Amino acid sequence: MFSKPTINRLLVASVLVATLALNGCANLGVKPWQRDLLAKDEMALDAEGIDLGLDDHIYFSKEATSGGRSFAGGGCGCN
Amino acid sequence: MQLIKSKNLSVSLAAAACALLNVGAQAEEAPADEWKFDTAILYYGETDRVQLAEGVFNANKDFGDQRIFNGKIAIDTLTGASASGAVAQQEAQTFTRPSGNGQYVVNPEETPLDDTFQDTRVQLSAQWTQPLWENMTGSTGVHLSKEYDYLSLGVNGSLARDFNQKNTTVSAGVSYQYDSIDPVGEAPVGLTSMVVDTGQFADETLFDAAFDATRTTDSKDKNTVDLLLGVTQVINRRMLMQFNYSYSVADGYLTDPYKLLSVVNSEGITQDILHENRPDKRTKQSFYWQTKYASDYGIADVSYRYATDDWDIDSHTFDSRFRVQLTDNSYLQPHFRYYQQSAADFYQPFLVEGTLLPSVASADYRLGEMTAYTIGLKYGQMLDNGKEWAVRLEYYQQSPKNAGFDEPGALQGLDLYPSIDAVIAQVSYSF
Repeated sequence: MFSKPTINRLLVASVLVATLALNGCANLGVKPWQRDLLAKDEMALDAEGIDLGLDDHIYFSKEATSGGRSFAGGGCGCN
Repeated sequence: MQLIKSKNLSVSLAAAACALLNVGAQAEEAPADEWKFDTAILYYGETDRVQLAEGVFNANKDFGDQRIFNGKIAIDTLTGASASGAVAQQEAQTFTRPSGNGQYVVNPEETPLDDTFQDTRVQLSAQWTQPLWENMTGSTGVHLSKEYDYLSLGVNGSLARDFNQKNTTVSAGVSYQYDSIDPVGEAPVGLTSMVVDTGQFADETLFDAAFDATRTTDSKDKNTVDLLLGVTQVINRRMLMQFNYSYSVADGYLTDPYKLLSVVNSEGITQDILHENRPDKRTKQSFYWQTKYASDYGIADVSYRYATDDWDIDSHTFDSRFRVQLTDNSYLQPHFRYYQQSAADFYQPFLVEGTLLPSVASADYRLGEMTAYTIGLKYGQMLDNGKEWAVRLEYYQQSPKNAGFDEPGALQGLDLYPSIDAVIAQVSYSF
């Protein structure tokens, strides 16, 4: 499907992106003793899980798109 | 902002790259050996349409060493009417109920609603999460959902790996879901005409025979597999970010057996009512980004989702919450959500007589072009011993749009894309 030079270029590009990403991620973040704010319950990405679950059910049954944040399965016959 | 130093640029690029890779939610840490319960009652009510009441009971227990069990029971009751898909007319319209027993009449100029909508659903789910080895966490779960005409069973599993002093988490998960529908009055054969008794049948058995001829006992199952890849990255002391990519394939009976489709003539007058028919496969992809930021005034939670699928439905969802701490133990949280979708390629608000009958077609407005928004407000208060209660009130409006269909004759004077208004009210208590 792809020619060999194309694959090589893609490989080089992938390695560059991966290296940049990993190096970059290593520069981000905090030390364990700097997690005072991040450790708060309300800073969890899924804080208010009950509300999010209820909203997912509503929007799953009223709109054509679901999921993204977590698995899309709605498990109801509403759509 | 102008980036002067190349170092700044590389850090920004790195941040962007990390955002593009991102993962995993940070587990909330509850004290070990203690059960934590979250409960909620929700009311969802549309003006003149569907009303839903739902109760949720969620139990969480940390068995120590980050081995966490989560169990959830949800029960909901649905009543009211939903749009059948047929178009409004200047004259009253008569429809056969989905069961084949009885009829209902829709007044002139009103959007046809099927008022036989009533169901109770029970949903159970359980999830187990634990460390597998250093920096690696595994999670697996099951769920079951049952309503009168519907059964859904699912399993899921995921792995999450922490890097960079737990500042980066990469996760991968898969879920499988089996759904089976057993429609009231059996499922109609797609795109067959609804049989309506207007006096043309000499007796009931002739009507029943004609009705049964439009029904099929073929399998009404569907299988759904979801893959979810994610990266979560702590950006700094105040901010973390998540990026998810998901790929989902649903295979099987994806039609809504209760939805209808009008066939109109060049004057816009309904000549026939068909049962809808959808493709039997759907492949979806979504890209989800979420950021949380702890400012001195409160916590901002912003997310954006782009979803696309092979039914040609593209959607954009923007969601934001801002939690303002009022006092040490109370908060107020405004919520705004905006949603926009394009129409499925087989969406047809109606068919026109004399044109080629497509193999798949649906007039379900939920597959049409639409925008929707939600505005809401939540107030919560923390009590002693980690107890908390909260109340939430929201307003949701859907505005379906004409995706470029010409409206012949009489249809021009009718509202074919009525908007829907709903109120969401919720009370929660955690202990």
